[in-house]
Amino acid sequence: MTGEAIAFYGLAAVILVSGLVVVSSPNIVHSAVALVPAFLGITGIYILLGAEFVAGIQVLIYAGAITVLVLFVIMLTEGGTGLRQRQRNEQGPIGASVAVAIAVLLIAGVTHTTWGRGAGTLPAYTPGAIGQSFLGTNLLVFEGTSLVLLVSLIGAIIIARKEE
Amino acid sequence: MGLAEAAALPWYVELWRAIAGTVLIFSGVAVVAAMFGVLLERKISGWMQSRLGPKHVGPQGLLQTIADTIKLLQKENIVPRNADATIFASAVLVVPLAALLDYVVIPFGTTRWGPLIFRDLNIGVLYFAATSSLVVVGILMAGWGSNNKYALIGGLRSASQMVSYEIPMGLALITVAMLAGSLSTVKIVDAQAGWWYAVEQPLAFLIFLIAAVAEVNRVPFDLVEAESELVAGYFSEYTGMRFALFQLGEYGEMFAMAAMAVTLFLGGWRGPVLPPVLWFVIKLYALIFVFMWVRWTYPRFRIDQLLNFAWKVLIPVGLLNLVVTAFFVMVVHR
Amino acid sequence: MLLDWGYVAIFAIVGTLLAAMPLLVIWLISPRSDYPQKFETYESGVPAIGQAWAQFNVRYYLFSLVFVVFDVEIIYLYPWAVVYRKAGPVAFYDMLVFLAILTLGLVYAWRKGALEWV
Repeated sequence: MTGEAIAFYGLAAVILVSGLVVVSSPNIVHSAVALVPAFLGITGIYILLGAEFVAGIQVLIYAGAITVLVLFVIMLTEGGTGLRQRQRNEQGPIGASVAVAIAVLLIAGVTHTTWGRGAGTLPAYTPGAIGQSFLGTNLLVFEGTSLVLLVSLIGAIIIARKEE
Repeated sequence: MGLAEAAALPWYVELWRAIAGTVLIFSGVAVVAAMFGVLLERKISGWMQSRLGPKHVGPQGLLQTIADTIKLLQKENIVPRNADATIFASAVLVVPLAALLDYVVIPFGTTRWGPLIFRDLNIGVLYFAATSSLVVVGILMAGWGSNNKYALIGGLRSASQMVSYEIPMGLALITVAMLAGSLSTVKIVDAQAGWWYAVEQPLAFLIFLIAAVAEVNRVPFDLVEAESELVAGYFSEYTGMRFALFQLGEYGEMFAMAAMAVTLFLGGWRGPVLPPVLWFVIKLYALIFVFMWVRWTYPRFRIDQLLNFAWKVLIPVGLLNLVVTAFFVMVVHR
Repeated sequence: MLLDWGYVAIFAIVGTLLAAMPLLVIWLISPRSDYPQKFETYESGVPAIGQAWAQFNVRYYLFSLVFVVFDVEIIYLYPWAVVYRKAGPVAFYDMLVFLAILTLGLVYAWRKGALEWV
């Protein structure tokens, strides 16, 4: 087994275990905190794929910012009252069967696809290459992103003001 | 590109190098930043307030923090009955680890074999911003896990303060990255062979320093642990060695911020005559002295003033500075 | 490149162990004397009233919401900054438009009082 394979299975285990804690913990704060190792595991996967810059974003935005936002939301809404969430209800069997069906479909899809093995080199995800594409082919996307962000900021403020 | 091809040395040699580097950085930060830093803080505080500071343990009180550490080692580990034990215990590891991860990209000096750095990452500056943002999560965990009103208020205040000051800090980082044309810390130091960026970019330097003081929750931005209102803030409930680990995280983060300021704005290890590492240490301690000086000079902000200052002063100024700098770079290059 | 991150991974793993080591030491040597008052929540010496886990001010949430948006915007400037010196004036105007829209958001948040702490 190569080093990459060991790293991949280790990271996958971290993501799966913390993901299970996120969905199954009766304590909503535990769920929120368990997101952090899951995000960091995904960071590792990005690095294995050669996308260092995306990995940096993953830590800065998801592990650093989104987790804090989620924790603030919990403190805003639930406080001490939401600590004993019921994690099961009568729809459990339906949910389980849907999950199994999706898993079967995914596994079938993955195993039946002919993957283009060794098809060229990985595209460069260095900050420099991304910056070049912002100035060239993806210039409109870059500017469009700022519009999307502006809209989301305005939307967030309007919703938050309503809550007050 | 793969792990196996890239390694020039056998994998176990690389592994031992990595482990040795980690142990070196951890013990270095624990001794230089946490133990000596605390002593320095107390000595300088004493000097600024016309008193003596620690004096009794060892010559001139030099061994005071060692005695304190031994004392903390003997203390009992108390977990309050109402606390959330899992989160309470894991926050202790998150804070110092997030602070120490910053040191991976700090070039301490240069030798015949290349720069003295744990790893020169391609995205160095972004990595630094990312790891230091993880401290917030640890602080929120400590504040919430304690189930103590002081701790929770301290943790929440700290989180909103640290995230607010991450934006102006990011703007200062981007300004420097733009001038150097790279995110790698070694390349940024190399780019300062002529002029320090503190000379070219005094405004970005100032913004970075202010944001750094706010990120490490020191006076005048210390309402997180305002002793007179919040006891010790988010670590009020921690005892003994766990308290010491938070101190390690806090001082580790402070030294990391100062070291990053040296790297980005004061030419890193560069300087005449003296060996590079010594230059780095001199600049580092000069900045640490400024941090301590500020502590005894300014009163504490209120939370509304503090957030106003970040959002209504530092961020607009940082944005403007970025645009003006970009404009000049363009004009000079044409 | 992967080797760099291998080093970082080792740093994180070994660092966690090193940070946990003093905790192991105190678990072995620290004294234990239990009495119920010791495990009370600290509230300046008075018995604590209620829990700390209560609803908190919406302000904190509002600030972190604005922060997340700005953090994402800042991220987009990193790749731009790296190539700026090599690129032509198009990079400058590109950034100017991007930042103008970003500033519009800041002004909006300012005017709507999202940046006020009441």
